[in-house]
Amino acid sequence: MPNNNPLPNKERMKILRQHMPERPADVRNHDFLEVNLGFQSELAKQEALRCIACAKPTCMHECPVGVKVREFIDLILAGDYLGAAAKIREDNVLPAVTGRVCPQEEQCEGGCVLGKKGDSLAIGHLERFVADYEQKSGKLGLPAIAPPTGKKVAIVGSGPAGLTCAGDLIQKGHRVRVFEALHELGGVLVYGIPEFRLPKDIVRQEIDNMRKMGVEFETDVVVGKTVTIDELMQEEGYDAVFVATGAGLPQFLNVPGEHLNGVYSANEFLTRNNLMRAYRFPEFDEPVYDCRDRNVIVVGSGNTAMDAVRTSKRLGAKSATIVYRRTEAEMPARLEEVKHAKEEGIVFTMLTAPVEFIGDEKGWLRQARCQKMELGEPDASGRRRPVPIKGSEYLMDCDLAIIAVGTSANPLIQSTTPDLATNKWKYIQADPNTQRTSKPGVFAGGDIVTGGATVILAMGAGRRAAASVHQYLTTGVWETSIPAAETTTHS
Amino acid sequence: MFKILSTRQLATGIKQFVIEAPRISHKYQPGQFVILRLYDRGERIPLTIKAVDPQAGTITICVQSVGKTTHLLNLLEPGDSLLDVVGPLGKPSEIKNFGTVAIIAGSVGTAMAIPTTKALKQAGNHVIFIEGARRQDLVVLEDEIRAISDEPYILTDDGSYLEKGLVTHKLLQLLDSGRKIDFVLAVGPIPMMRAVADITKTRGIRTVVSLNSIMVDGTGMCGGCRVLVGNHSQFACVDGPEFEADQVNFDVLVQRNSMYRDAEHKSLDDFLANPERELALVRESCKLRELEEHAAVVPGGPHAK
Repeated sequence: MPNNNPLPNKERMKILRQHMPERPADVRNHDFLEVNLGFQSELAKQEALRCIACAKPTCMHECPVGVKVREFIDLILAGDYLGAAAKIREDNVLPAVTGRVCPQEEQCEGGCVLGKKGDSLAIGHLERFVADYEQKSGKLGLPAIAPPTGKKVAIVGSGPAGLTCAGDLIQKGHRVRVFEALHELGGVLVYGIPEFRLPKDIVRQEIDNMRKMGVEFETDVVVGKTVTIDELMQEEGYDAVFVATGAGLPQFLNVPGEHLNGVYSANEFLTRNNLMRAYRFPEFDEPVYDCRDRNVIVVGSGNTAMDAVRTSKRLGAKSATIVYRRTEAEMPARLEEVKHAKEEGIVFTMLTAPVEFIGDEKGWLRQARCQKMELGEPDASGRRRPVPIKGSEYLMDCDLAIIAVGTSANPLIQSTTPDLATNKWKYIQADPNTQRTSKPGVFAGGDIVTGGATVILAMGAGRRAAASVHQYLTTGVWETSIPAAETTTHS
Repeated sequence: MFKILSTRQLATGIKQFVIEAPRISHKYQPGQFVILRLYDRGERIPLTIKAVDPQAGTITICVQSVGKTTHLLNLLEPGDSLLDVVGPLGKPSEIKNFGTVAIIAGSVGTAMAIPTTKALKQAGNHVIFIEGARRQDLVVLEDEIRAISDEPYILTDDGSYLEKGLVTHKLLQLLDSGRKIDFVLAVGPIPMMRAVADITKTRGIRTVVSLNSIMVDGTGMCGGCRVLVGNHSQFACVDGPEFEADQVNFDVLVQRNSMYRDAEHKSLDDFLANPERELALVRESCKLRELEEHAAVVPGGPHAK
């Protein structure tokens, strides 16, 4: 493999990790513009010099879609940024997205050898740099498309799993149509992740790229309601279907007072702001709770919770607080999000759980009754279980409470596709290697199979599904490890 | 996009639209609704489907001007399009032979109740239909009601047309005269549905109401439409919109529906100050979408014709 790094390894390891420029915290927490500003080419080259080009690149193995990290870094060193972007695109159709939202510390950068002694290589920042460079240049390195196979694939959901699968399958020459329930394409990238973390123009651009590759899109179709899987296959002639509908229904705490005005699911709060642009009301029609001079709490500590709390701050909240029943060490959010949140003035109240919401006479939330917790023995997840401390209840003032404690399976497709086997939580069962379900010709992946996870894990599933769909369409052989639905339901 | 094929003014501020929506027309069952959006800055609002014609690939909706979006929608004419229409959403009405059913509808609720009424009639029920409107000029679809029910009653609050009184008066009158009613469906303003529920609960008559809580996506994803039914949280968009009336907590429904009242008033006032501007935005959005849909087919691509 070529090596464009002029420095010996020793010298490379002396260079410190380059810091991504970002907008000042006390400015950015008043608007929705992107927080991170991205590397310029000087910074990118300097950072790329740190790569020691391991013979066995663990970074690549830790990537759910297997991006050839070492090779794209080398292309950066050669000054061939478009080549670097094209190299990433071989494995990842959404580099500008993943460069921004992947939990790199747990994946590529988590595997980076440099991280053992110092700071790992800023692979995410570099990926973002080349992807943005490519978009700005307008010279998109779109992959070649194989001649038409005459096969048709329907993809249900235009989130990261669906888009990845579509991007891979279109290259194989299949006809691909993506169905989306909402009016805008992108799934969680559009309704879930805020503008300040992932500008919607980036998502739109990536979707335009896929259109250029020939992927068809149809919005306003709720598969399971507007059309069923069986109708897609029997009446509309699809040879295979990939179900990637995402996680679905928001979970609430099931404590008294959750119907008060001012209690939201994170899904609703974020959807109003991100998909419907409520933060620009009245220029946009959809309203959202007026956070100005209000006390806001967000219950939970994942990326969704961070997105919600930082959104409320930007909407003018007097105080914006994360309330979490464990401690900071157990928080599942990306490190960068927690860091950014703290810089922006978010308060973190740990070892605390609301047990009741209390409203005024008109039904508007005013306080949360909270309980202090302590950590007990580890539970099934390996994390120490929070245990309530007796007599520790106290009242916390809050006008808006956003519940971000996860989601459960949306049953729309499963309930109209009886031969699609589900597990006891109603998620669709799919083989972890082939993404094949119990139903011939039907594949599934992403959060509808695993429950709430990350963008890149969903993309990994989309990638495996595409390979498996292609194999099925070219061989006609259907084999799956998932038993038929009847057996599962009656067992 | 979803073309408007024809429109008809049903009453003051209430308009009927026939819209091209083949997928929805094929899957629809009585009781289901759509969510629509008019332009790229528009909100999403749910509206019950009044009728479908699967052969023509059309759906019919009836719209009462209440807030900004419904006012704006009612300015549209044949030749215009709706940017987004998604559905059919929600669970279908329960249709079976109950015996004697009473359908109680307020104003535009009449349009929403018609498909379920037809289906109940077809299932062999004796159908009593009580439509109430505030004034004569708000009475809708009288001919249709007369055609699909065995006992139509039309009342106005002020007596300006036919019988004077509230729908609940008529219901009580029938019950007090000894009429046996086996099932009631109430569709309309919340106070009306609540009053019906109060009457039928004490008499042990099974009653279903169609709830109009505030929705965003309509697929169960946001939970904004949650209602308290039998002390359990239910999502009107996927678990409803119809629920057992005696289980519904109407206080919570009223309270939650008031959540955005200030914003709704502001939107409407801004709109009424310059409706033409918004109408132009709607038409522009549709034009852009049309261009996008045309551009989507890549010459020489795997699906070029």
